[in-house]
Amino acid sequence: MLHVENLTAAIGDKPILKGVDLDIGEGEVHAIMGPNGSGKSTFAHALAGRDGYEIGGVATLDGSDLLEMTPEQRAAAGVFMGFQYPVEIPGVNNMYFLRTALNSVRKARGETEVGARDFLAVAKQAMELVEMKQDFLDRAVNAGFSGGEKKRNEILQMAVMEPRLAVLDETDSGLDIDALRIIASGVNALRGPDRSMIVITHYQRLLDYIKPDFVHVLVNGKIVQSGDHTLALHLEDHGYADFVNHDLDDAPEKPLTGAPS
Amino acid sequence: MSEATREIEELTEASYEFGFSTDLDTDVAPPGLDEEIVRLISAKKDEPEWLLEWRLKAFEAWQAMEEPDWAKLDIMPIDYQAISYWAAPKQKPVLDSMDDVDPEIRDMFDKLGIPLHEQKMLSNVAVDAIVDSVSVTTTFKATLAEAGVIFCSFSEAVQDYPELVREHLGSVVPVRDNYFAALNSAVFSDGSFCYIPKGVRCPMELSTYFRINSQNTGQFERTLIVAEDDSHVSYLEGCTAPQRDENQLHAAVVELVAKDRAEIKYSTVQNWYPGDENGVGGIYNFVTKRGRAHADAKISWTQVETGSAITWKYPSVILQGDRAVGEFYSVALSSKRQQADTGTKMIHIGKDTTSSIISKGISAGNGQNTYRGLVKVMRSAENARNYTQCDSLLLGKDCGAHTIPYIEVKNPGAQIEHEASTSTVGEDQLYYCRQRGMTEEDAMSMIVNGFCREVFNELPMEFAVEAQRLLSVSLEGSVG
Repeated sequence: MLHVENLTAAIGDKPILKGVDLDIGEGEVHAIMGPNGSGKSTFAHALAGRDGYEIGGVATLDGSDLLEMTPEQRAAAGVFMGFQYPVEIPGVNNMYFLRTALNSVRKARGETEVGARDFLAVAKQAMELVEMKQDFLDRAVNAGFSGGEKKRNEILQMAVMEPRLAVLDETDSGLDIDALRIIASGVNALRGPDRSMIVITHYQRLLDYIKPDFVHVLVNGKIVQSGDHTLALHLEDHGYADFVNHDLDDAPEKPLTGAPS
Repeated sequence: MSEATREIEELTEASYEFGFSTDLDTDVAPPGLDEEIVRLISAKKDEPEWLLEWRLKAFEAWQAMEEPDWAKLDIMPIDYQAISYWAAPKQKPVLDSMDDVDPEIRDMFDKLGIPLHEQKMLSNVAVDAIVDSVSVTTTFKATLAEAGVIFCSFSEAVQDYPELVREHLGSVVPVRDNYFAALNSAVFSDGSFCYIPKGVRCPMELSTYFRINSQNTGQFERTLIVAEDDSHVSYLEGCTAPQRDENQLHAAVVELVAKDRAEIKYSTVQNWYPGDENGVGGIYNFVTKRGRAHADAKISWTQVETGSAITWKYPSVILQGDRAVGEFYSVALSSKRQQADTGTKMIHIGKDTTSSIISKGISAGNGQNTYRGLVKVMRSAENARNYTQCDSLLLGKDCGAHTIPYIEVKNPGAQIEHEASTSTVGEDQLYYCRQRGMTEEDAMSMIVNGFCREVFNELPMEFAVEAQRLLSVSLEGSVG
């Protein structure tokens, strides 16, 4: 379903991804692990279409060339990214945002838009997944949300958008154990034969809850090892020391500076 | 220049959709201003002697005054002798029935989307439409009359209710108040008059629509609203102008009187022609708006300013009576080469008076946006309270936002709060929205509208929709 071949990403003349190969089949969940600065978030943004990178190589979703598409076209094609740092949008009602998002991709696909009443039913169901209360929809998007609420909101959006491919970037960072459990169970409920996922994480902890079909280790912009979930357990015991060489410590994780996140 | 910056700069290229001009046969005075012109205007309007005297006094005062230069505005010198101070559509306005209005004027208002036609009257807004200088038609007079509400053109009020006009005209904004108010007092052509009797809640929203149509004319309208004890009124004001290469002058005065326990809500959506991206043309908007709130009265100004080349405007409240309340909610957008120096004045005189100020400034293109506000607490104002919040949003890097608050407190028991913030529409925010499937243009529009939410919430429903649409139109072309 997702085919990535020799994918490279650079900011200016600084290479970050140095040729990533990855194939993901229908309904599979792949975990990508790696130390800080290895290029995990860049890989997610390269798939989602963030500006600011020089991109090379191949990435196709269901045979369509993702790299040719704008971020919104990729969203319409079914790419959903769960952000490591969800963005605050003051004054914009969460429910309005969600409905606009859903209807934007529906419109782009030539489907009918969902009315306010039908949408409320969809949203309510999605909210149960992440154990949220109604007032959550009435608040401004991520504004004043706690770290856990922001991450739950990402999963809520994913439940509403029903993507083909979900890329969850460090969804577990900054979560306490209860929030982690809620989010993991939400993600598990959204697994299905038509939906593939990439779960990016530092820690094995998340993978106790979300059992991946495959685990890949990304180091210095390349996948250096792939395996099943036991690979994650190995990393838990031994760290990344086996894979890491010392010249990647200064690779930036975020491509842009100056913009608030 | 980054891609995003270039895209944001294209903001300035949104076109002005109200730039048409209507070919009306107008009666225009020769350019120039002297005592004779003041007398001519007064005579054309068949005014009583006292009003002529009042105008002449204002004219005398104006001649001795100098244009203010303290605002953060870069203005080409205005040649006051090159402007014509009187322009009226020639056909004598008939006010009894909509059908008598000149069809070309009706077409113009149709283009503007103003509910002049009978079928549109369902929207329950009484409209006074002012083209160039003369009030063309006032809808809903009969319904209002039943409630005892007077809503008519200023000229009519001078004829029909001279004692009410004489009592209140200049009582809030005296003729010598400032340069532009003095000019207006001398040459004002028409405007709206509104009177709400004791204890009456005005049964509908009142609305005035201003349109500058003729070339080389100034528009100087005068609005006076008097709300007697325990009354309530909500008043809306909208403005547009044709696209012209020269600058046109607009110097209006609005006076509000809210007597004991009365409430006046005054909302403006101002969309005068802003000029093009090189700063050619556009309206110079110098407006004096002020209200006097007596005991337990409330005056609320809400404004959405997206037009004009120059905006100089500080809707104010004199909180004279005890427990009076003043509010100011503002969204001001400056794009292209627009300059706005706008804010409010809250003068606390009575005890336990409260005021709140929420100002949202948006700068794009080469726009310059200044918030200038005064909170003044007099010695007599025991326990006065003010809350001020000024937020600025920058789109692009060639624009500017400035916040200049003045606070003068003479009573030590006052509580004054001031908060200010400046932010940009982050590339992160746009990317986040686009990842959720929205186009960059939709995302920009959503983010900017969200920024203005607190102010839009204060607008009557119909106006809020209009304001959002205006902002979106003004932001069109922000993405490539």
